Amino acid sequence: MDVIIWSRIQFAMTAAYHWLFVQLTLGLALVMAVMETIWLVKKDEFWKKTAQFWMKLFAINFAVGIATGIILEFEFGTNWSNYSWFVGDMFGAPLAIEGILAFFMEATFFAVMFFGWDKVSPKFHLASTWLTGIGATISAYWILVANGWMQNPVGTTFNPETVRSEMASAAAFWEVITNPVAVSKFFHAVTSGWVTGGIFVVGVSAWYLLHDRQSQFARKSLLIGAIVGLVGSGAVMLSGDSSGVHAAEFQPMKLAAAEGLQDGGNGAAFTIVPGIKVPKMLSILATHDPDGFVPGINDILRGYTDSEGNVVPSVAEKMAMGREALVALSIYRTTDDPSEKAEARYALEENVQYMGYGHLEKPEDVVPPVGVVFWAFRLMIGLGMLIALVLLLSLIAVWKDKLGAWKWLLWAAIICIPLAYICGQAGWIVAEVGRQPWTIQGLLPVNVAISSLSAAAVKTTFFIFLAVFALFLAIEIRIMIRAIRKGPEVEPEKS
Amino acid sequence: MSYEFLQNYWWCLIALLGGLLVALMFVQGANLHLGNRVLSDVQKRMVLNSTGRKWELTFTTLVTFGGAFFASFPLFYSTSFGGAYWVWVLLLLSFVFQAVAYEFQNKKGNLLGVKGFRIALICNGILAPFLVGTAVGTFFTGSDFTVNKVAITDPLSPVISTWGNCWHGLEALGQFHAVLLGCTLMFLTCILGALYILNNIDDTQIHSQVRRTVKLCILPFLLFFLCWLVILLVGVGYAVDEAGVVSLEKYKYLHNFLQMPAVLILFLVGVVLVLCGIYQGAFTKSRSGIWPAGIGTVLVVMAVFFIAGFNGTAYYPSCTDLQSSLTIRNSSSSQFTLQVMFWVSLLIPFVVAYIAYAWHQMDRKKITQDEISGTPHKY
Repeated sequence: MDVIIWSRIQFAMTAAYHWLFVQLTLGLALVMAVMETIWLVKKDEFWKKTAQFWMKLFAINFAVGIATGIILEFEFGTNWSNYSWFVGDMFGAPLAIEGILAFFMEATFFAVMFFGWDKVSPKFHLASTWLTGIGATISAYWILVANGWMQNPVGTTFNPETVRSEMASAAAFWEVITNPVAVSKFFHAVTSGWVTGGIFVVGVSAWYLLHDRQSQFARKSLLIGAIVGLVGSGAVMLSGDSSGVHAAEFQPMKLAAAEGLQDGGNGAAFTIVPGIKVPKMLSILATHDPDGFVPGINDILRGYTDSEGNVVPSVAEKMAMGREALVALSIYRTTDDPSEKAEARYALEENVQYMGYGHLEKPEDVVPPVGVVFWAFRLMIGLGMLIALVLLLSLIAVWKDKLGAWKWLLWAAIICIPLAYICGQAGWIVAEVGRQPWTIQGLLPVNVAISSLSAAAVKTTFFIFLAVFALFLAIEIRIMIRAIRKGPEVEPEKS
Repeated sequence: MSYEFLQNYWWCLIALLGGLLVALMFVQGANLHLGNRVLSDVQKRMVLNSTGRKWELTFTTLVTFGGAFFASFPLFYSTSFGGAYWVWVLLLLSFVFQAVAYEFQNKKGNLLGVKGFRIALICNGILAPFLVGTAVGTFFTGSDFTVNKVAITDPLSPVISTWGNCWHGLEALGQFHAVLLGCTLMFLTCILGALYILNNIDDTQIHSQVRRTVKLCILPFLLFFLCWLVILLVGVGYAVDEAGVVSLEKYKYLHNFLQMPAVLILFLVGVVLVLCGIYQGAFTKSRSGIWPAGIGTVLVVMAVFFIAGFNGTAYYPSCTDLQSSLTIRNSSSSQFTLQVMFWVSLLIPFVVAYIAYAWHQMDRKKITQDEISGTPHKY
């Protein structure tokens, strides 16, 4: 395998691993903040001890999240050198805002939250708990602005003087930070974190109930977890719907791959699993119109006319225009003849939107791994719905006082904890594998985004990181399980 | 705001962040005391909890320093990180282990045991300042890279910044001048760590141990620092003219000090403050040496960044192809982006204020043996 593949595998592994910890951080932060607020409102020590227990688990998880976040930041530069230069100007402002607004907020108030129980006033402590979660959420927004731009590069223009994408006006910056892909991704990612946090609390609480330990703590925690998780599930569905519409609009190949749709058309059916289809459902999901046009993989390869009458060129035509853009850029950068320079600039501007296609070898390169994206999409939706159902039933069980009787539900809640992680990973596979071969949609394919490294160097660091990640995960799970087994010490244990 | 002003402004902020990062590496220096055989386990736990309440600040400053470089001078980020691969990976690994070592160290079931994680913290205490110092040292010695933006049009070799050797950054370990700065930083952070412990922990035995550390580190620190400084001042530097042409200039960095007297004053004030802090820690009963030494460190590092980048100097020189050298002018983000970031950066005083307030509240009580045993959450 070459350096491109190893760089992709290494980055994919780091991003996927990092997300394992982020999704719980986002959800558990909200659960803890709600519990501590109840403590302050009710002045009931029970809620303080309850919040402290979940905080202990939060801290174990948070440490690995921080440790892996910095690896991603470094890997942008170490493994994706061209990409760093190409996007540096666009990433600048969101990163500055993330660093100044979010990073220090998270770091400072996490320390106050963790160590400050007897050092600061209860109100200051509560504010710190909320600010830790808010800091993590703000951080998520700005990093998803950057990610959203990679999926739908709005608000920037290619500058041949600097050979990169640049923002040029306040309107362009506004376009970047309100990019619809970024906004829906933010809500989808953050609220899926709430679902994970919710089901984690419900599952752990279910374990205590099954073992007849800490029953008051478990019931009340389960209630809060189920509410947070259900609110998250509703928001995930809504933001997922808009993600589908945006994929149809800005990344039709991703949608076609997720659907395994070879040949599209009007009134396209949604495939639940191969052989079972719901008529017109894909058109409804993608365009909110039962007869809307959804292009398939072959349509995109050959070129098509969309429902608004716009002619979309074939990939071969885009590649030809992209190559013209690259030749024009090369001439523009090397010639000293003013008229030749002006001509090259004109040719570049005419074809620049397809410049990335000029780097492709053949039209089929724009097709992502269909099988992986197709099944990841189904796994994400299926597991997401299952978890939402378990959360809903948990709430009903609390309401009807059936927690003791519905033991199967308690087991289901425990099983749903790992399923929530699989669901989150599947979602990112759809989002990131689905946009291959692009690091930046249409502008920069992965083979041009890399650093000048040997495959052996990247392979070595891949295995180093793999070993480190495996070690950390094993330790994290062991410590987490021990902490859960030890219990919250809210109520005296039965002998 | 002119483009030049914004570029200079962001170089100043990079310098400030670099200074804060080095000063905050007292965390790394202090953690070296986890290997002190005279200290009992409880005392080591006090040290661990003392740095454990600050490590995230250092870590976040490192992340922000990297992010600020990425945002304001992306060509440096893509060239250095993609080129000096192994230096950054090693630095990264040392910080990654540090980040989990606090939380995992004293938890049962952590697989590596207390000792394993303490070794990780000590390795980070040595490696992090050494590697950061050596990497910054290459700002003056030059590195083996070329930058060719037209390369992106070449499908066979599209990478803009390419490294000239297969060592990918490890060759800096063979550059005597760069290594001197690495060693200087290592001993400086060791001193800062000792001064921090002196200030933050109430324990007479720990105090006597850290004062001894300061005394032991003075000589090597001064030796490495002065050697680095003398070689810097009498050596060749990388000058860049108004047309952007880079050339070698004898005594360039000495010229920079003399032609920018404000930077020279900043540097000298910083050095004096560091020496005052060291004197307080080593030879008086004062426990406040961390303040002058910390502030002095920030000033010295800022001055070092200023002479590296200002007054027509290439801050990241290429010894392979002089004209590929990176300057503040040719490696920055666009004027618009720097301007947006400028407005955002005006929030920094607000951020500093809340950090200061939060830590003032947290540090009102010094760390003692009783405090450690009575704290509900501890490392």
